[in-house]
Amino acid sequence: MAIVTGKQVGLTGNSAIAYAMRQIDPDVCAAYPITPSTGIIEEFSSYYADGQVSTELITVESEHSAMSACVGASAAGARVMTATSSQGLALMWEMLYIASGMRLPVVMTVVNRALSAPINIHCDHSDSMGARDSGWIQLYSETVQEAYDNLLQAVRIAEDPRVLTPAMVCMDGFITSHAVENITLLADGEVKGFIGDYKPGRSLLDTDNPITMGAMTLQDVYMDFKHEQSMAIAGAKEVVVEVGSDFGRRFGRHYGLMECYRLEDAEAAIVVLNSAAGTTKVAVDELRKKGKKVGLLKPRLFRPFPYAEIAAALKNVKAVCVLDRADSMNGFGGPLFSEVRSALYGLASVPKVMGRIFGLGGRDYTVEHSTAVFEGLYRIIETGRMEELTGYLKS
Amino acid sequence: MATLKELAAKDELFSGGHRLCSGCGIPPIVRLLLRSAGSPVVATSATGCLEVGTSIYPYTAWRIPWIHSAFENAAATISGIESAYRAFKKKGRIPADKEIKFLALGGDGGTYDIGFQALSGALERGHNFLYVCYDNGAYMNTGIQRSSATPLGSATTTSPAGAKRPGKQEWRKDLTRVVVAHNIPYAAQASPHNWRDLEGKARKAFNVAGPAFMNIISPCPLGWYSKPEDSINAARLAVDTCYWPLYEVENGILRVTYRPKEKKPIADWFKIQGRFKHLFKPENSHLLDETQKRIDAEWQRLLDMDGKAVF
Ligand SMILES: Cc1ncc(C[n+]2csc(CCOP(=O)(O)OP(=O)(O)O)c2C)c(N)n1
Repeated sequence: MAIVTGKQVGLTGNSAIAYAMRQIDPDVCAAYPITPSTGIIEEFSSYYADGQVSTELITVESEHSAMSACVGASAAGARVMTATSSQGLALMWEMLYIASGMRLPVVMTVVNRALSAPINIHCDHSDSMGARDSGWIQLYSETVQEAYDNLLQAVRIAEDPRVLTPAMVCMDGFITSHAVENITLLADGEVKGFIGDYKPGRSLLDTDNPITMGAMTLQDVYMDFKHEQSMAIAGAKEVVVEVGSDFGRRFGRHYGLMECYRLEDAEAAIVVLNSAAGTTKVAVDELRKKGKKVGLLKPRLFRPFPYAEIAAALKNVKAVCVLDRADSMNGFGGPLFSEVRSALYGLASVPKVMGRIFGLGGRDYTVEHSTAVFEGLYRIIETGRMEELTGYLKS
Repeated sequence: MATLKELAAKDELFSGGHRLCSGCGIPPIVRLLLRSAGSPVVATSATGCLEVGTSIYPYTAWRIPWIHSAFENAAATISGIESAYRAFKKKGRIPADKEIKFLALGGDGGTYDIGFQALSGALERGHNFLYVCYDNGAYMNTGIQRSSATPLGSATTTSPAGAKRPGKQEWRKDLTRVVVAHNIPYAAQASPHNWRDLEGKARKAFNVAGPAFMNIISPCPLGWYSKPEDSINAARLAVDTCYWPLYEVENGILRVTYRPKEKKPIADWFKIQGRFKHLFKPENSHLLDETQKRIDAEWQRLLDMDGKAVF
């Protein structure tokens, strides 16, 4: 239900995504309910029931079948979308690789939620981080507005002939999916104009020009397919920037690879994805008022990982804390930490970098936590000593 | 009903040069299916012998659009393709008068077991497609492991004929019956030795509105430990012993489509296959007896149902 104030509309993350899906009007949507992403599919089903979309909606019997049907429909040349969370994404795992390996530009919203066991319906990033090597583009969203804007851009990025790679747009379960936020929606015509038509290069439905897809490859060529795929995903970075600028030119909201918040002259910085960035900004503002030079780096694009740009953005910072909302369970810190730290390794003077796991299963992350992290970074700057390189955020 | 000559005159849509074994039941089944469709066909295969044997890059045996996605999702994959087709028709991206048929193919493992849920879901949703299971009675592609279609007593690599457990200890799942319980417009069992019966059923199956299912027995010399040249005969014996009755259920009415003139004992079928060799030892005769009893009862049940509504 929308609350309208002036030009702005109050929508939950899920409603905004469903609204964007109505505007995109994909040819096929195959989906299965799971908290906290269920609302997306429920609202989209209402649009479908009311005849507001021309989509064929497939209410499949599992997420594995959801992604399988997406693969089939996309191979047939359709524009295809779905949404899921947590166990649903985990059940899709096999199919994620098949969608990307066949270079099918499926677009999926992932409403981030913890993975069982113990079962927990609340936010963390274990689900999408578990899929980080599946060959999907990953865009992360701090707010409802960003989730909405990211989804529209994801369609263009995924379908770009230079990319042809599936994309997932991630937003935080409940924190973003269920919170009402005032956002600016585009007109249907603006969305249509921005995404354009999808013109697939090949289709299983072209029976006059039969193609074989999903063939078996052996030692002689498998690696070459993977190499090509890897290069295409790497190239997606440029397309993300291009599409983000075009979006900004058209609608006034500019997007790049990441957001740097008061980072130019920062001595201490936090790197964090999604909604926790909003909380961190409040802490940054408060500390800035007290004269502390603190800042934030919020990656928007996590796959492909913009390591050079992240390194450039952090090169003058003295101490960095990377906050991960997922644990790699005895890896070297969380996934974001290990990649950011590795990105910084080649710098002439490498900032001190620590990693903290936070917010698992919906555990609150407050301005106080953020402030405490900055204080910890200042202690490192002052003493030159880091007591704990990686670990769990005290909360 | 097409004559063999007419069928043979049609374009070959499944080319030779594939890598399926000699004596494999799958190629004649696929050829007959593609010749029965009457319209262009788009197909998907589950992981298994058919998939591996026909699509080793850069070669393909398929002269129709074909996709392999995974092992357990042929029915879900075809759901997506068929939905895209309906979407495109609605939007005029495919001409209204162009008709395409959709075919999903899976082995018994990909159908009775790991793909069972996807199959059930697609049948319930009512997609317009034909699902064909080629039932060779085990996971053959990965080296003859038992499936829920494997016959009682059959030796496989995961149900070997041991001293204590002589082959598979469980009766097979009656998948055709389970599929019939989905109330779909058409379901049938067929065999490649009876091409006329198979072709007629496939034609019906392709032409009903909604989901159709065919379970087709598919001899496998490698897994059955039988001679390649005996395959068609092995299929015939499976039917003449009533291990594999030929019947169909059309809009809820069951019809036995073939009654053997002389119903043969199951031992006739077993004895040409090495996978049943141990059942002829005296200490295992109870398995043979039990099989015969259950086959007789099931055959009688079908005869009693012949011409009647299944529900
Ligand atoms: C999820 C998954 N589990 C297991 C396998 C390994 N696997 C590939 S084919 C196959 C057996 C196929 O058996 P069936 O469906 O009976 O077909 P057939 O090999 O007899 O043609 C198995 C177990 C796989 N590819 N995917």
